[in-house]
Amino acid sequence: MSLDATYTREIPLVEGRTSFKEIDDVIAKPTETKPSIKWFIAIGISSTALLIGAVCLGLTFWYGVGLWGNNQPVGWAFDIINFVFWIGIGHAGTLISAILFLFRQKWRTGIARFAEGMTIFAVMTAGIFPAIHTGRPWLDGYLVPYPNQHGLWVNFTSPLLWDVFAVSTYFTVSFVFWYIGLIPDFATLRDRTTSGIKKAIYTALSLGWRGSNRHWQHYERVYLILAGLSTPLVLSVHTIVSFDFAVSVIPGWHTTIFPPYFVAGAIFSGFGMVSTVLIIVRKVFDMEHIITINTLDKMNKILLATGTMVGYAYAMEFFIAWYSGNPIEQFTFINRAFGPYSWAYWIMFSCNVFFPQLFWFKKIRRNIPITFVLVLLVNVGMWFERYVIIVTSLTRDYLPSSWGMYFPTMYDFGILLGSFGLFFTLVLLFAKTMPVVAMSEVKAVTEGAQPKHKHE
Amino acid sequence: MIGKILKKFDDRFLKSEPRTGDLYAVAALFDTPDEIIHAAEKVSGSGYKRFDVLTPYPVHGMDGAMNLKPSNIGWVGLIAGMSGTSLAFLMIWWMVGVNYPNIFGGKPFFNLPASIPIMFELTVLLSALTLAGSLIAIYMKLPSNANPLMDTEFIKRVTSDKFGIYIEAKDPKFNKDEVEAMFKQLGSSSVSFIHEAVYEVGDTKNPLLNTKFLGALIGSSVITVVITYLVLNVLLFLPPFNWMHYQAKVLPQSESKFFKDGWSMRRPVEGTVARGFIPYEFAGMPDSMVVPTPNPLPVNQKVLDLGKKRYDTYCSPCHGFYGKGDSRLRGQFPVPPTLHSEKVMNWKDANIYHVITNGQNTMPSYASSISRDDRWAIIHYLRVLQRSQNAPDSDLEIK
Ligand code: HEC
Repeated sequence: MSLDATYTREIPLVEGRTSFKEIDDVIAKPTETKPSIKWFIAIGISSTALLIGAVCLGLTFWYGVGLWGNNQPVGWAFDIINFVFWIGIGHAGTLISAILFLFRQKWRTGIARFAEGMTIFAVMTAGIFPAIHTGRPWLDGYLVPYPNQHGLWVNFTSPLLWDVFAVSTYFTVSFVFWYIGLIPDFATLRDRTTSGIKKAIYTALSLGWRGSNRHWQHYERVYLILAGLSTPLVLSVHTIVSFDFAVSVIPGWHTTIFPPYFVAGAIFSGFGMVSTVLIIVRKVFDMEHIITINTLDKMNKILLATGTMVGYAYAMEFFIAWYSGNPIEQFTFINRAFGPYSWAYWIMFSCNVFFPQLFWFKKIRRNIPITFVLVLLVNVGMWFERYVIIVTSLTRDYLPSSWGMYFPTMYDFGILLGSFGLFFTLVLLFAKTMPVVAMSEVKAVTEGAQPKHKHE
Repeated sequence: MIGKILKKFDDRFLKSEPRTGDLYAVAALFDTPDEIIHAAEKVSGSGYKRFDVLTPYPVHGMDGAMNLKPSNIGWVGLIAGMSGTSLAFLMIWWMVGVNYPNIFGGKPFFNLPASIPIMFELTVLLSALTLAGSLIAIYMKLPSNANPLMDTEFIKRVTSDKFGIYIEAKDPKFNKDEVEAMFKQLGSSSVSFIHEAVYEVGDTKNPLLNTKFLGALIGSSVITVVITYLVLNVLLFLPPFNWMHYQAKVLPQSESKFFKDGWSMRRPVEGTVARGFIPYEFAGMPDSMVVPTPNPLPVNQKVLDLGKKRYDTYCSPCHGFYGKGDSRLRGQFPVPPTLHSEKVMNWKDANIYHVITNGQNTMPSYASSISRDDRWAIIHYLRVLQRSQNAPDSDLEIK
């Protein structure tokens, strides 16, 4: 396999003629220097948030899920909203590292590692929610089909079980993919470091990687196959998450548009979060010439495309509700847009469909502050999308006598805050201890990195 | 103080050259990808076998220059993936189709469409894990931190910004001076001789023997073990981790705190009649007040079989299998009179029904244990017993 960029004229991926040594220096710098005060402030905030979440979760363990706002009829609330939100964010990483890899989008190299890391942390954060949603998380082992004393197996026809398999497979495969990509960089760090303990850690992690071409040969093949495996995997995960809803019979959920709609939304939200974090990271760690404006520009184009797809899905849901002639569906969608939760609907609609349209303008795509505001809005909008789907459908389904309203409690907000705390704490630790950009991949796409004449 | 000691450890193992062992290889560094490709072509073309090219990233065309066969690791992924699919299929089929069939939503026990998501996930999972595992352990033979190249100036450059090539001393064609001359002539920026490292007992040159690292590793594994033990064996059995053993419900023989009267069950509204429990109109009345109603059941094989079954179960312990009063209770309960007496023979069915339903002196009521139809069936059977046990001689006459 060889990456060939000559088929299209591209702006250089790495700005300026950076030498390999400089690339190493820039990328390895956070791992080699004492953290700056900015970093300490950031991790202080994120770990405080994490702590608040942990306290709320501890209280929930002690007193039970009655502390949450979940009620009859809204049995799925913040717990599932947050799960879908975070698992969606986890989709950008694999998309960038696998799908864009298969499409030979070389601009991905600067952000792939970081996005993969975010995938892993987002899936870890997401994984907490279904686990605590069960109410007695210490009994979650029953989700696994193992020969138990009851002689019972799990229900293989339930989408919730498919979810268990999909999410855990996704986590494992993303982790393997990430680690395989990290091995050469760990070796670089191993050979750079002057500290004994770091040397030991990187030696253990790099497994004695030498950069041998006899290794690269198989390594590249595996990387390609893993990318090929991850591509349908990433599509399957959010498809299965959408089955959790679509396989049920709740109005507004029981639709065939859900799988593609959810996948588009997941990519959209994932890119939103990756951009948010990258804009900060490239500033904090001085990586503007590796994570370039061109890269952000391309990410914004993807945001525009997926945001428009999401908008199409919103419109199509309304159309089908009308076209189906099913009064319950029709009511559900009118209720979404104009019922008691219409404020949430319009937040979702404006953040996801309206504002990203501004990315049609090149000036806006390449303007970092505006991009930052817009991607923050995407994060907000995508969280509200899940809120709208879950809460509006559950509060008012078939029987008006069993309608109800949903009000989250402070414990719900605390756990939501804690999930952000966990995610950002992990991101910050990652940025400090590991190469956040794939050094070996960036080197391979700098100018003059590949032989000038063909040797096939 | 501690910092000083740690610094000393760092110095000890970061210093790894010069080495004293046998010559392992002659290595050369090159500055550009074109040079390394050229060098690789030259070395493989000259017939060397035990050589390798080390680069910070994969260089295009190197496989051809080194004359390497294409990687066949794809087959590993394919086979592992297919095993994943079939294992998942077999697992689900056996668990829900054979071992514990259970109806979910009126679907077949083993339901292929519903199994496809998990079959797909396990395909990917098994394929990815096997690929990664075999890549590292079999194809790349890692971990190999003992390789003599480790910790040399040479490798420090090739994992960063230079392109390296080396020929092992074990190669049959190897000649130290020839190789050195060839590398120099190819334009190498630096040629070096790599010796085997000689480790002495207790040597800390192996970076993995770093005390801090080992300490942290041992420390964290001990902590993990202790925490796992405590969580699984202690914590999970403390409140609030109840295993559904304790639930907010009223147990038998305990008082309900919820209702004022302390009962957990509510009494039905006065006059409520439960299904199948229409009250008996002569309850508690003497036999003489019974207004006889005919036996509602027909006499047929089915009814008699039922009657025999119920009679043998409910009546025979006291009255004997033939109603002769030959109780099997061995004097633990007053022996009842025979059911073949004049009195019982002449009784209307309703009178016997009255005894079963109401009881009589020491005989308790069976109203709560035998349903109404069963009672009438017993009576039919009792009539059969009476007839068969008191057969007149005339039965023998040929009609
Ligand atoms: C626990 C032992 C016991 C069982 C079981 C029992 N009986 Fe009796 N039964 C008695 C006794 C004792 C008497 C005599 C009562 C008395 O002193 O008047 C009696 C009396 C009777 C009599 C009246 C006989 C008479 O001459 O007054 C009838 C009829 C009768 N039983 C029918 C039945 C039938 C039918 C069953 C089965 C549904 C049954 N019994 C089950 C103990 C039993």
